[in-house]
Amino acid sequence: MIPQAFDYHAPKTLAEAVGLLARFGDDAKALSGGQSLIPLMKLRFAGPAHLVDINGIPGLDYLQEEGSTLKIGALVRQAQLEQSPVVKAKFPLLADAVRMIADPQVRNRGTLAGNLAHGDPANDQPAVMLALGAQVVIAGSKGERTLPIDKFFIGTLTTALNAGELVKEILVPIPPANSGGAYYKIERRVGDFAIVAVGSQVTLDKSGNCQKVGIGLTNAGPTPIKATKAEAFLTGKAPSEANLTEAGRLAAEMSDPASDTRAPADYKKAMVQELTIRTLRTAVARAKGGAA
Amino acid sequence: MSSHKVTVTINGQKRSAEVEARMLLVHFIRDYLRLTGTHVGCDTTSCGACTVLLEGQAVKSCTLFAVQAEGKTLQTVEGLAQGTALHPLQEGFKEHHGLQCGFCTPGMLMSAAGLLSRNPRPSEEEIRWGIAGNLCRCTGYQNIVKAVQFASDKMAKGG
Ligand SMILES: Cc1cc2nc3c(=O)[nH]c(=O)nc-3n(C[C@H](O)[C@H](O)[C@H](O)COP(=O)(O)OP(=O)(O)OC[C@H]3O[C@@H](n4cnc5c(N)ncnc54)[C@H](O)[C@@H]3O)c2cc1C
Ligand code: FES
Ligand code: FES
Repeated sequence: MIPQAFDYHAPKTLAEAVGLLARFGDDAKALSGGQSLIPLMKLRFAGPAHLVDINGIPGLDYLQEEGSTLKIGALVRQAQLEQSPVVKAKFPLLADAVRMIADPQVRNRGTLAGNLAHGDPANDQPAVMLALGAQVVIAGSKGERTLPIDKFFIGTLTTALNAGELVKEILVPIPPANSGGAYYKIERRVGDFAIVAVGSQVTLDKSGNCQKVGIGLTNAGPTPIKATKAEAFLTGKAPSEANLTEAGRLAAEMSDPASDTRAPADYKKAMVQELTIRTLRTAVARAKGGAA
Repeated sequence: MSSHKVTVTINGQKRSAEVEARMLLVHFIRDYLRLTGTHVGCDTTSCGACTVLLEGQAVKSCTLFAVQAEGKTLQTVEGLAQGTALHPLQEGFKEHHGLQCGFCTPGMLMSAAGLLSRNPRPSEEEIRWGIAGNLCRCTGYQNIVKAVQFASDKMAKGG
């Protein structure tokens, strides 16, 4: 399968990249890991006239803690997250999810930024970042703006990015002590996209109640879903089985999956409910275990 | 519709060619550099038969443009053996019957090579995760895992 012909650009700076993207507008696409875009181009579902390859821009592959934030540069590959001791120690939710994404070769190329920018509700990182309350730093020819992740996903394969804009970095708040998270994914075979998946992040207060709750749903609707009703219900409450079950019910209520070759919609809804309960249970156990 | 001169160091040799921007790396390797050990199985980023090492990391060469490899180092299955001496991984596949039809083998070898360079002493589970991007329709994987364990042991002994 041969993609449609295009002009290839390899900018050396972010400014040059956004300049090219602004100049070519809708005729251009950014290329990072290429693990979603190139398959689409080979199938000719995408046929950009200009490809702006950002892989040659130095200094975008940083993964660093700064104060209470983990900063993840646009060119950080999924494999880098998978191997990072910080991710392992402080972000069990992200660590759970990243090893379930595709396979080692795809993770060696694919980036977190690209995974989000693709806007695919079947991708795993959107739900993770929704649960963690990340922020997306967007660079454009007129400067930078920062958007909370829950304002980023607009529709299927559509994000808040305008033509000419790039995701420059993702800012993830480092969970305080007494926090835990977990990601469970149901897939037909290893490396496949989720039938559905759920990511949960919980911080407990001194009395053991849920002080902060984040829940993200993968492939459970036309966009990645932040299960706000379930989060609001559980916040301030004890993580009892009854409360987790009710949170699961509310998450399923907010989901809007479609029947497809993977599974019928009612099965997916039922699994959203069950996975929400299970991820919350694990998140709470991990929060109590001292691991953040 | 731009075309570009691409120069790579592949299996230790500098090679260049003028290619269209849309030329996939796997076609560049097979059709221009005439290294046909790298296979095309699915052409949809699923099977791993096209796996090569780019700067030491396993990637699916059907899902990368040749221009992206400009100035970079590549290794393909042809680069594993040193003269007539097989690489420990190749020896392992031979010893443990890690192949039947052999179609998946070049990709398996390169994925395993990428894994061992990052993690020289992988557990069985780590080997299984390490080759999760490579499909084999013949072997059932058991002997491939054994072959990688053989290579890991041999390399640890300095072989
Ligand atoms: C076989 C296979 C299985 C997969 N399974 C999974 C899975 O289970 N879970 C999962 O989450 N993903 C999966 N993926 C997708 C993979 O994770 C992709 O790497 C990811 O979705 C896109 O990241 P990328 O860096 O490769 O982006 P690219 O493919 O380069 O780009 C994707 C889109 O985002 C845009 N873009 C990229 N970077 C930026 C940026 N910095 N700023 C603005 N726009 C940008 C591009 O223009 C394009 O529209 C799979 C892919 C394959 C091939
Ligand atoms: S041919 Fe590249 S993954 Fe199958
Ligand atoms: S040996 Fe035949 S596909 Fe693996």
